[in-house]
Amino acid sequence: MSIYDKIFRPKTYTLPNGKSVQQKASRMPVAVVIILAMLILSIRITGFDMAVLVKRMNQFFVILGEMFPPKLEYLSQVWGPLFDTIKMSLLGSVIGSLLAVPFAMLASTNVIPNRAVVAIVRLFLGVVRTLPTLVSALIATYIFGLGTLAGTTAIAIFSFAYIGKLTYEEIETVDMGSFEAMEAMGATKTRAFISAIIPQVLPMYLSNCLFNFEGNVRYAAILGYVGAGGIGLILNEKIGWKEYSSVGMILVALFVTVFIIESISRAARKKLV
Amino acid sequence: MDNKIKKAYDARPKNWVFELVLAVIIIGLMVWSATAVETSGTNQNGGKIAINILSGIFHPDTKLLLNLTNQGVPYLLLETMCIAFMGTVVGAIISIPLAFITASNLSPKPVAFIGRMVIMAIRTVPSLVYGLMFIRVTGPGAFAGLLTMSLCSVGMVTKMYIEAIEDLDTRILESLDAAGCTTWQKIRYGILPQLMPNFASTAIYRFDINLRDATVLGIVGAGGIGAPLIFAMNSYRWNETGAILAGLIVLVLIIEFISTKIRVKLARG
Repeated sequence: MSIYDKIFRPKTYTLPNGKSVQQKASRMPVAVVIILAMLILSIRITGFDMAVLVKRMNQFFVILGEMFPPKLEYLSQVWGPLFDTIKMSLLGSVIGSLLAVPFAMLASTNVIPNRAVVAIVRLFLGVVRTLPTLVSALIATYIFGLGTLAGTTAIAIFSFAYIGKLTYEEIETVDMGSFEAMEAMGATKTRAFISAIIPQVLPMYLSNCLFNFEGNVRYAAILGYVGAGGIGLILNEKIGWKEYSSVGMILVALFVTVFIIESISRAARKKLV
Repeated sequence: MDNKIKKAYDARPKNWVFELVLAVIIIGLMVWSATAVETSGTNQNGGKIAINILSGIFHPDTKLLLNLTNQGVPYLLLETMCIAFMGTVVGAIISIPLAFITASNLSPKPVAFIGRMVIMAIRTVPSLVYGLMFIRVTGPGAFAGLLTMSLCSVGMVTKMYIEAIEDLDTRILESLDAAGCTTWQKIRYGILPQLMPNFASTAIYRFDINLRDATVLGIVGAGGIGAPLIFAMNSYRWNETGAILAGLIVLVLIIEFISTKIRVKLARG
C-alpha cells in the first residue's frame, strides 16, 4: 500500500456472495493538479494569448496566400537540390543504420552480461540522440565545409543514435534459445549474434530504417539553414528574398517527393513485418 | 542424422534471383547517392577545428550555466520546456478532431483520404516556414515558438491517434449497448478508457521530441534556448555552446527518463 492509498482510503464494495473488493482511489486528481500547474506556468512564461491568436490569425495566411499559385518556371531549378537532399538522406541513413548495429548489440542486456558496458553504451547513444541535428550539422559544416557532406554526416549521426536505440530495444525481446545453443556449441558471441539474433530482428530493423529515412528526407529540408546542402539551401535563400511563390514551388516538390517515398516505404514495411 | 540435416539444408528456400536484384538495386542507390558528396569543401584544418570545438564543448562556461537571470541557462531551459509543453498541448488538441475525421473505421473513404493528405501537407512544411508565418501573427518570441511547435506536432500525433482509434475494441461498445447504456455512458465507459492512456502516452512522447527539437525554433527567433545556442555557435563561442548543450542534454535525458516511467505505467494500467 503506497502513501497515496493511505491518505485516500480505497473504497470497499461488498459483493452479493459476501466477498469484499477494494477500489483504489483514482490518481486522476493528482494528475489534473500537476497538469494545471504546468499549464498556468507555461501560459505565463510563453505569453500564450487566445485573443491575439483569434484577432491576428488572418496574418498567418498572408504568406500562405502568396505561395499560391506556385511559380512553375522555378521547378527546373528545384530538381538538383531536391535530388541532393534525397541522396544525402539516403547515404546518411544507411551509414548511420549500419554503424548502429554493433552498438545496439553492446547495449542489449541479454547479449552482453556486463552491466557497466551496457550502461556506458546506452548513455553514449542517449547523449548522441539528444544532440540537436542542427548543432551537429553546423559543427559538420565547420569541419567539412559547406555542402552535402556536412548534411550527410549530421543525418548519419542522428540515424545512428535513433536506430541504435530502437534496435537494442528490439534485440532485448528476441527468443534467446538459438543464441544460447550456438554459444554452447562453441560459437563466439559475434558469430552467434549474426546467425541467431540478426535474422529475428532484421524485419523490424529494416522497417525502422525505412521509417527513419522518410523522416530524414523531411528533416533535411531544415539542414539547408546552416549551409548543409540540399533543398534547404534554396528554401532558405528564397525565404530570405521573400519570393514566396518560389517557396511554394519548393514545398510542392518536397510534398510530392515525400509522398512517393512514403508510399514506397509503407508498401515495403507492410511486406517486411 | 547428418543426412537428414543436409537434406533439410539443401531444401531451404532459395530466392537468390530476388536477393541479387535487391542487392544490385541497393548498391546502385548507394553509388548514386555517393555522387552528391562533395569533398572539395574539406580543408586540412578540419581536424584542428574539430578538436577546438570539442575542447570548448567539454569546458562549458559555468558562469552562464549557473546564471539565474533571464539570460542564464536555467531560465532558458525553463522557457524551452514551457514552449514544448504548451506546443504539445495545443498540437494534441488540434490532432483530436483531425484524427477522428481521418480514422478509416469511422469516416467514409474519400473524407479519410483528404484528411490524410492534409496531415501529410502539414507535416511536409518545414518548421522554419511555420515559424515565419506565426511571427507575423504574434511577433517574435515564445508565443510564436509554441504555435510553430504545435503545428509540427500535429503530423505525428494525429498518426498515432488514428492508430489508437482504429484499434478500438468495438465489442465493448456492443456489450454496453446490450446492457442498455446511453450514448454518453458508452463514450464514458466504452471509448474513453480505451483511448485515454494511448492519447496521453502519445502526447508525452511528443513532448520529449518537442523538447529535443526546440533548437530549430531558435533559428527563426521564436524563443527558447535555440537562438542563444545558434548565436553562440555562429560566433565560435564554444564554451557557451558547451554550457547550453550540457544543460539541454541533461534536461532532455531527465525528462525522457520520467516520461518513459509514466508511459510504462499508462501502458500497464
